[in-house]
Amino acid sequence: MYFILFITVILTAVVLVVGAYVVAKLIGPRSYNPVKGQPFECGIPTRGTSWVPMHVGYYLFAILFLMFDIETVFLYPWAVAVSKFGPMALCSIGFFLLVLVFGLAYAWRKGALEWK
Amino acid sequence: MFDFSNVTIWFDALLRQTLGLGDFWSILIECILVGVLILAGYAILAICLIFMERKVCAYFQCRLGPMRVGPWGIFQVFADVLKMLIKEIFTVDKADKLLYFVAPFLVIIASVGTFSFLPWNNGAEVLNFNVGVFLLTAVSSIGVVGIFLAGWASNNKYSVVSAMRGAVQLISYEMSLGLCLITAVILTGTMQVSGIVEAQVGPWNWLIFKGHVPAIIAFLVFLVAGNAEANRGPFDLAEAESELTAGYHTEYSGMGFGFYYLAEYLNLFVVSGIATTVFLGGWAPVNIGIEGFDGIMNLIPGIVWFLGKTFAVVWLLMWVRWTFPRLRIDQILKLEWKYLMPLCLINLVLMTIIVAFGWHF
Repeated sequence: MYFILFITVILTAVVLVVGAYVVAKLIGPRSYNPVKGQPFECGIPTRGTSWVPMHVGYYLFAILFLMFDIETVFLYPWAVAVSKFGPMALCSIGFFLLVLVFGLAYAWRKGALEWK
Repeated sequence: MFDFSNVTIWFDALLRQTLGLGDFWSILIECILVGVLILAGYAILAICLIFMERKVCAYFQCRLGPMRVGPWGIFQVFADVLKMLIKEIFTVDKADKLLYFVAPFLVIIASVGTFSFLPWNNGAEVLNFNVGVFLLTAVSSIGVVGIFLAGWASNNKYSVVSAMRGAVQLISYEMSLGLCLITAVILTGTMQVSGIVEAQVGPWNWLIFKGHVPAIIAFLVFLVAGNAEANRGPFDLAEAESELTAGYHTEYSGMGFGFYYLAEYLNLFVVSGIATTVFLGGWAPVNIGIEGFDGIMNLIPGIVWFLGKTFAVVWLLMWVRWTFPRLRIDQILKLEWKYLMPLCLINLVLMTIIVAFGWHF
């Protein structure tokens, strides 16, 4: 039943976007000229494409994010069980957290967290 | 407390027994009703929030805000929606047409998806999975893809820079958000949204009171990270209008821009709603353990409590937005990776110790 509701919610979002687009297409004006097709940048003609390689810093943070996001995924099932296991829960996750904190400290030390 | 599931059960019985409809038709009618209700709530809240933001912003700057359209300008937002609808939907010549078209869908799906997780009243949640909080973070991260695609597909240099900034900021702050939610899950022992709220019914049982120090830290970090997730306040780098024109939605016209505008305000509401649900007790009323007082408080409907607390948090976030200047990208990343993230990890261990030894209230 919840799966059906989840599909319903997603369909609702799609219907909202499609509906608003259709209404806007129907009642909105339509015209075209070459200047209108230019990207909104500085007022002078744009040179080249915008799809160029960007600063490497963004990718470094994306890689770090992958590592720590997987960590949070693994912590969820453990978090549900903490109140049942008591102090044992801390011991069992301690090593995992230690490795992760070590990883963060290593990245920090290597300067991966600096924006250069 | 009034249980809203009585209403849904009654409606289900009405369709199945009184009207004698089969499985397929009753489920179809219920799903359509749910969809209509979600859309109605979404639209009403968007209008309220946009109007509130304008007025709050104006009063923080010693202005009056919109005053001309209707009394106190209450019809200004309707006029703006109408204006957006009658604008042309236009695409730049060199844009990637497919991705440009798909991006608003992803943003709205993330926004509506997270919106339908909120518990409005006892028994009045749309989505109530047993992995609720986990799925909620998963759905909310679809929005990052939408923002990134919008900026990238526009083929505008400002938009591409904005897309990069938005993506790195959103994925960074997602971790603090997740860790704060985990801190709350440790205390309640369930990921189900309704379960988390039910655990907070009773005198001094809101998580922020029950978990004292670590819960308060988690709540504050959640507000900061949530503000960054909603792309607002001092963290609105992705649409920094003074440097990047409008960021990732520069090339969107009319309703295309409207979707981002809508999603931004609803994300603000959703973040405040989740903060309320997880830390401030959702629809749970204020109970202090004195019978007379609690009895009166329990008479107030749950939805009033939920909306009241949520709008209080929304107001707090608006206050932050109009008070602090915008941060730089290196400051944003430093705040997340060097301060919030280690703080969250320490807080997690602290909360585990408190729960393991039963030192909470």
